[in-house]
Amino acid sequence: MQVPAQFEYERATSVEHAIALLQRHGPESRVVAGGHSLIPMMKLRIANPETLIDINDLDELTTIRLEGGELRLGAMVRHAALLDSAVVGEHFAIFHDAERVIADPVVRNRGTVGGSLCQADPSEDLSAAFTAVGAVAVIQGPDGTREVPVREFHTGPYQTVVGDAELLVEIRVPIRPGGGSAYVKVERRVGDWSVTAAGAALWLDGETVTDVGIGLTAVGAEHFAAPEAEQYLRGRPATEESYAEAGRLAAEHCNPTADQRGPVDYKRHLAGELTVRALRRATARARGEAIEGA
Amino acid sequence: MTTTEDARTGVADTGVASTEVAASTPMGYGSMRRKEDARFIRGQGHYLDDIVIPGMLHSAILRSPLAHARILSIDTSAAEAHPKVKAVITGETLAGLGLAWMPTLSHDVQAVLATDKVRFQGQEVAFVVAEDRYAARDALGLIEVEYEPLDPVIDAKHALDPEAPVIRDDLEGRTDNHLFDWEAGDSAATDAIFASADVVSECDMLYPRSHPAPMETCGSIASMDKVTGKLTVHTTTQAPHAHRTVYAMVAGLPEHKIQIIAPDIGGGFGNKVGIYPGYVCAVVGSIVTGKPVKWVEDRSENLMSTSFARDYHMHGEIAATKDGKLLGVRVKVLADHGAFNGTAQPSKMPAGLFHVFSGSYDMAAAHCAVTGVYTNKSPGGVAYACSFRITEAVYLIERLVDVLARDQGWDPAELRMKNLLRSEQFPYTTALGWEYDSGDYPATFQKALDIAGYDELRAEQREKRARGELMGIGISFFTEAVGAGPRKTMDILGLGMADGAELRIHPTGKAVLRLSCMTQGQGHETTFAQIVAEELGISPDDIEVVQGDTDQTPFGLGTYGSRSTPVSGAAAAMVARKVRERARIVAAAMLEVSADDLEWEKGGFHVKGDPSAARTMTEIAMAAHSDLELPDGVEGHLDATCVYNPPNLTYPCGAYICVVDVDGGTGQVKVRRFVAVDDCGVRINPMIVEGQVHGGLADGIGMALMEVMAFDPDGNHLGASFMDYLLPTSMECPSWELGETVTPSPHHPIGAKGVGESATVGSPPAVVNAVLDAIGVRHADMPLTPAHVWRAMQGRPLRTDLAIG
Amino acid sequence: MQITVTVNGIEHTRDVEPRLLLVHFLRDSLELTGTHWGCDTSNCGACVIWLDGAPAKSCTVLAVMADGRAVRTVEGLETAAGLDPIQQAFSDKHGLQCGFCTPGMMMTCRALLDENPDPSEHEIREAISGQICRCTGYENIVRSVKAAAAVESGAMQSSAAQQGVTA
Repeated sequence: MQVPAQFEYERATSVEHAIALLQRHGPESRVVAGGHSLIPMMKLRIANPETLIDINDLDELTTIRLEGGELRLGAMVRHAALLDSAVVGEHFAIFHDAERVIADPVVRNRGTVGGSLCQADPSEDLSAAFTAVGAVAVIQGPDGTREVPVREFHTGPYQTVVGDAELLVEIRVPIRPGGGSAYVKVERRVGDWSVTAAGAALWLDGETVTDVGIGLTAVGAEHFAAPEAEQYLRGRPATEESYAEAGRLAAEHCNPTADQRGPVDYKRHLAGELTVRALRRATARARGEAIEGA
Repeated sequence: MTTTEDARTGVADTGVASTEVAASTPMGYGSMRRKEDARFIRGQGHYLDDIVIPGMLHSAILRSPLAHARILSIDTSAAEAHPKVKAVITGETLAGLGLAWMPTLSHDVQAVLATDKVRFQGQEVAFVVAEDRYAARDALGLIEVEYEPLDPVIDAKHALDPEAPVIRDDLEGRTDNHLFDWEAGDSAATDAIFASADVVSECDMLYPRSHPAPMETCGSIASMDKVTGKLTVHTTTQAPHAHRTVYAMVAGLPEHKIQIIAPDIGGGFGNKVGIYPGYVCAVVGSIVTGKPVKWVEDRSENLMSTSFARDYHMHGEIAATKDGKLLGVRVKVLADHGAFNGTAQPSKMPAGLFHVFSGSYDMAAAHCAVTGVYTNKSPGGVAYACSFRITEAVYLIERLVDVLARDQGWDPAELRMKNLLRSEQFPYTTALGWEYDSGDYPATFQKALDIAGYDELRAEQREKRARGELMGIGISFFTEAVGAGPRKTMDILGLGMADGAELRIHPTGKAVLRLSCMTQGQGHETTFAQIVAEELGISPDDIEVVQGDTDQTPFGLGTYGSRSTPVSGAAAAMVARKVRERARIVAAAMLEVSADDLEWEKGGFHVKGDPSAARTMTEIAMAAHSDLELPDGVEGHLDATCVYNPPNLTYPCGAYICVVDVDGGTGQVKVRRFVAVDDCGVRINPMIVEGQVHGGLADGIGMALMEVMAFDPDGNHLGASFMDYLLPTSMECPSWELGETVTPSPHHPIGAKGVGESATVGSPPAVVNAVLDAIGVRHADMPLTPAHVWRAMQGRPLRTDLAIG
Repeated sequence: MQITVTVNGIEHTRDVEPRLLLVHFLRDSLELTGTHWGCDTSNCGACVIWLDGAPAKSCTVLAVMADGRAVRTVEGLETAAGLDPIQQAFSDKHGLQCGFCTPGMMMTCRALLDENPDPSEHEIREAISGQICRCTGYENIVRSVKAAAAVESGAMQSSAAQQGVTA
């Protein structure tokens, strides 16, 4: 069996302690939450941290709550908890859609929301979902906290704005009335990473799209977003024609690469197709319509 | 030999088999709980990596990152300096012992540790022995290997190009990558039939490289006792006795000083037939260190280096009359054997049993020409429940029949029904020389059509098509050929494929049956006890089945190719009958009558016409060991041995129907239904038989829709972990709908045929045919991933064996 | 470093390297070899145990991360009262063949039934979707879970009926 190289282990007892440990151990230290991305990489010896800082005791980061007109998710909220949360489902069905297709139920018991965002895998699902809903990441460092829109959180594949001595502590999602959201993914098999996926959050005033967010997974979309499609849709009627054009724009402006999950043309096609499907589904939800399979 | 005395005759339409276990243990055949489950459900199975031997060391293998490269130097000094490392072994070390190369099961040699070149990514380069498994892994990073990269041969279609690099320059006089040419069937007769046929359809198809991927990877613990000179090897082997003989031949050790012990095995599917370099290295490691050495591969090593399966590029043609009578089939195959020819199959058959490809149909002529080539990929080729390449054969013919039906606008079910062999044609000798033993194919097929509701499905499909929805119905009818095999035609490394069995009844009437075959989950401890129980009337609960330990069991070739029941199962029945005849003599002595006056009734003998003058097996067993006076020349005790040399293979068959829905916008396939009607002759334990079928059907979903080992132009393996080599989960598998017909084998002592691989063999074409039916595409290769389905719908299918560009 | 893990109700204290995987801690340090491993990437689920009451893949958890926590393994399913119904059902319904995935499957299915005493076929399939079985095609695993659910609901009803009588 593959096994990790040697490292030191520290267990943080509070957010402040975790940050102090990060400061003490420097850039060769890594935070471990669920560990389901990091530990396999350590076994392959692609990741070789000198120190691992375990934040699984930080219960203060496991809450899901409504506050200040926002849905606030602690960074240590497990995928399973997000999926189980009725309040999450009530306000942002997109997260339940996404969580149902992230890895598998056992992995979801361990993996965390914050861990997924910080791993910043281009095929990871929550980044696009948070992008669609306009979420904000709360990052804490030695000098206090700062807020970064999720659309500015990723600086490239596997890279984020979180500094060496910083910790992602919370994700905040503004709640606005009149909206609906959805996430649609194509995978080669249950539990696989996305071939392509699209998330949409959309707000209606009558039959008009007043605002929309579109997130794209695994197609090289900058910040997981489809701004051209979003811009096109704002103020337009919530119709198939509008969505088709939005899908076309999303497909046109993403930048997929070929791999064993599919060739470029297929992924680009999916970016459009799934954008349309996510918009359709989000619209139905905004209108309070029942959705098949939801 | 009277082989049919107990065989049931005629086709029994038994309906959907009852797999509910009986409340009490049946005295013979029937569904019963498996005896082995008691330990497995408690986590008390004893698998290779569970075994700890005092003083045992651990090991790890350094593997080549490159597909083709010359080794310039290997520096092991830093690894050797690691405080926990006990030995570092390289090809050079082995060369000094004459062990750098070992014979394969197919007349070739394979590097144990590379000395001159590496020839595939993942090839074994160095072997580290250390105090614990973590240290052994650490030390791999301390070994420096300098490589000179060479151009690799990745696409089999270019392996024979004049400018292709020569992979096997280790072989004297070799100037290209050509491995063999082999033919079967009558070429001229087949060509003549094609020349005069009304219609001919042809199709290029690839059965891509896949992997058996049992849940437990391969491993061994070698322990050389310096004092006695005895080598004990605990190892994940499906063929313990074959392994012992090969160890003797490879290492030059005396065979009586080698003990192979196969513990519980976590799935095999052909992955655990071959001898891998790691096994040999563990032996050398034990000799060098004087300690037991455990080697267990990780999942990537398993996928990258051990026994791949398939990899057949086929060009098939099928000929028919204009009214749909099949006339002949011919095929040219380009077989990618990887860097060493390590196929595990009967030695005289370089394409295994592929030449049953005329399938289940009455055809006048057939011919195949197979060309084997070397490429810079791992060796293997015959594994994954393939029945020695009948997977490829069935895929070929069942795709061709569908292609022909499509080309001519015929219904694929009608075309099959019209051409299936009829029961009165058996025994039927095919155009390729096989003598099919028995079957009632139309009855088996009709049953599948009925369960599926074929006509209703076609009606539903028409309605859906009208609405723009994509639904497909795929059919496969297969004939398997299992139970290798007759000694005169089939051998492994010169060892005839007969199996021994030993049965001993203890004085108290309990029994021990010793077998040469080795379960990997098939439930031998139960099934084989039931075979003896049926013959002797001793409860299966009172019969211990011993397998896996070469010091405790008779010689035989092992469990693969669905051969356990056809060969060892026959041996078990025959040895039980021998015991029964001995028991008759003992009973006669007890009752003071002539043996001829006794009549057998399951569980004992009684005097003909006087059921009260009877002796049970328990009484007979005690008497056989007592002071009872026996006739002259009759030994005491109650035991027997036998070796069963099968007169022919057995030929199970099955009809499979798959129903899929395809999302045309994304290419995603949902297998909605799967109907499988199997005829494997007499079923010993119907519950176990159905379980075997279930597993194979999942394989078909896997191969048809997701499993593939592709390679990029540099020879990088693109399916080297379970993130990349996708196996079907519970979500891709529908609830299987099974049915059965029972046509006993006329030549098998109990009429059983073997079933272990039937569903793996038969199911892939049903799934592929269904998907292609749904999307209206003539052909696209496996696996039909969403991307590939979408591309096929665009008329631009993918080369699934290469990296997607 | 020294860790204390409660496994199947018993505290175990051992000195371990921080990098030791929980699956190796269970198998090698505690000799609880019922928990298997089948891949390196948390895809196969042969190593599923419970960590603080929830199924987890022990090949992707460090032993030190389990310090102070509770683990339950397949060896903890059977009690003095006998086999867990899920164990009996796997045997009754032929929910296993080679037995290698079985401990992990049973741990997940036990957790499912604790949370959802009457799961649908789809819910069962979803629950085990992160675990590979190469032998059964999953059919009989699903049947096993349904059988265990039926047994447990029958036991609950009869115990409720008994309480009704005594009350």
